[in-house]
Amino acid sequence: MRRRLTWQAARLHEVRDETATARSLVFDVPGWPGHVAGQHVDVRLTAEDGYTTQRSYSLAAPADGDRIELTVEAVPDGEVSPYLTEVIEPGDQIEIRGPVGGWFVWRPENEAPVMLVGGGSGVVPLMAMIRARRQAGSRVPFRLLYSLRDQDRRYYAAELRRPEPGLDITYVYTRAAPPGAARPAGRITLADLAEGGWPADFAPDCYVCGSTGFVEAAADLLLTLGHAPERIRTERFGPTGD
Amino acid sequence: MGIVSRGFSGRRREGGDRLPPGQYLVEDFPVLSAGPTPRVPLDRWEFAIDTEAEQTHRWSWQEFMALPMQTPTVDIHCVTKWTKLGTSWEGVSLDVFFEDVETTAEYALVYSYGGYTTNLPLEDLLDGKAWIVHRFDGEELAPQHGGPARLIVPHLYFWKSAKWVRGIRLLNEDWPGFWETAGYHNYGDPWREQRYEGD
Ligand SMILES: Cc1cc2nc3c(=O)[nH]c(=O)nc-3n(C[C@H](O)[C@H](O)[C@H](O)COP(=O)(O)OP(=O)(O)OC[C@H]3O[C@@H](n4cnc5c(N)ncnc54)[C@H](O)[C@@H]3O)c2cc1C
Repeated sequence: MRRRLTWQAARLHEVRDETATARSLVFDVPGWPGHVAGQHVDVRLTAEDGYTTQRSYSLAAPADGDRIELTVEAVPDGEVSPYLTEVIEPGDQIEIRGPVGGWFVWRPENEAPVMLVGGGSGVVPLMAMIRARRQAGSRVPFRLLYSLRDQDRRYYAAELRRPEPGLDITYVYTRAAPPGAARPAGRITLADLAEGGWPADFAPDCYVCGSTGFVEAAADLLLTLGHAPERIRTERFGPTGD
Repeated sequence: MGIVSRGFSGRRREGGDRLPPGQYLVEDFPVLSAGPTPRVPLDRWEFAIDTEAEQTHRWSWQEFMALPMQTPTVDIHCVTKWTKLGTSWEGVSLDVFFEDVETTAEYALVYSYGGYTTNLPLEDLLDGKAWIVHRFDGEELAPQHGGPARLIVPHLYFWKSAKWVRGIRLLNEDWPGFWETAGYHNYGDPWREQRYEGD
């Protein structure tokens, strides 16, 4: 029997802007039990009058003691994400329950090559896997295919720009490609996944995360390329988006 | 009451007494699944009930279509927190499928095309509580929502409502399914907020 998941107080320690609409939030959660890359937490917000609401957010990095990190994209007209990206300040408290999820996870013991496919904020749990790989000193080859509207939407830009042996990154811009880019802007295609991914006979573990539409499209393309359905793990964040 | 988050007031799209604890209302229809969407051709589709005595009852798509249809309108609650009120479906009550099934089993393991499984007590499938449906909102059920046919068991969290349903295995002992072995609650009653193991 595992530990029961209870609500824990989480105090905001610091924030880092990722883009004009997304930021990373580092919380102190005393007694945090640790987690596996790819897992998420439930966040609960309570108003003065007792009204509460919950949402799920992926853990963006391995835990640093009692410290955990999330990255949240402001969804226009959203109830929770604008609070987390615009209102909450260091010192403020929310409640967190987790870690949750035992399927969309990568462990450093896994030896298969890894194909990460992320759209928009769907890159968050994939970044946790990249960071866990680095922290463990793993040599498992990783490829990341990151679909985003334009360069200004890029999360973790400085960190991903630093070369990292065994990690290849392909950016797919859906609205505006940077000047000089060989690939015109547009949604993810079979060619993107064929070139930026692993051949199916390498039997990579594929992790696909993003909006429902993005995940549906990317997972179907992976199937078309011959990847086995049981090697394609998906996490769907919400209805629309990149 | 939990810890108040400074500066949070909320949107309060409340559903009154139809909204279970910790849920919020949506108008659209989000999707939760662990892998790619399987595509099942109708000429190869079948639905089966396998009893604990190893008897199998099977229905082809044509046989399924010939059964008496119902059009339940129900509220659905996903463990990822969204609730959708008044969804309308068309399909066949599990009571119809079970008419000629002899069993004393107490547990059911539902299995799907694509390999998904979920478990629940057999009684939660009977007495008008569950359907195999093939239409949603007056249209054919889209593959991403479980088409050609899915189970719906609206009184439990929606992961119990297996998409791309292929059959039900009846068991004398409880056998945890896919999410149930990945940290989610074994029963999943939204009104008792049974999201995760131990809730
Ligand atoms: C397992 C899991 C992990 C998640 N991890 C992250 C994460 O790491 N970072 C992150 O930013 N989000 C993540 N999400 C999405 C997050 O839980 C919320 O759905 C999102 O922040 C919107 O919540 P909200 O309260 O601001 O908007 P709501 O008030 O719920 O919705 C407002 C409007 O926006 C639409 N909407 C809802 N979600 C989205 C979306 N994702 N994109 C576009 N439109 C949307 C709704 O349909 C509605 O019309 C995750 C979701 C799941 C299920």
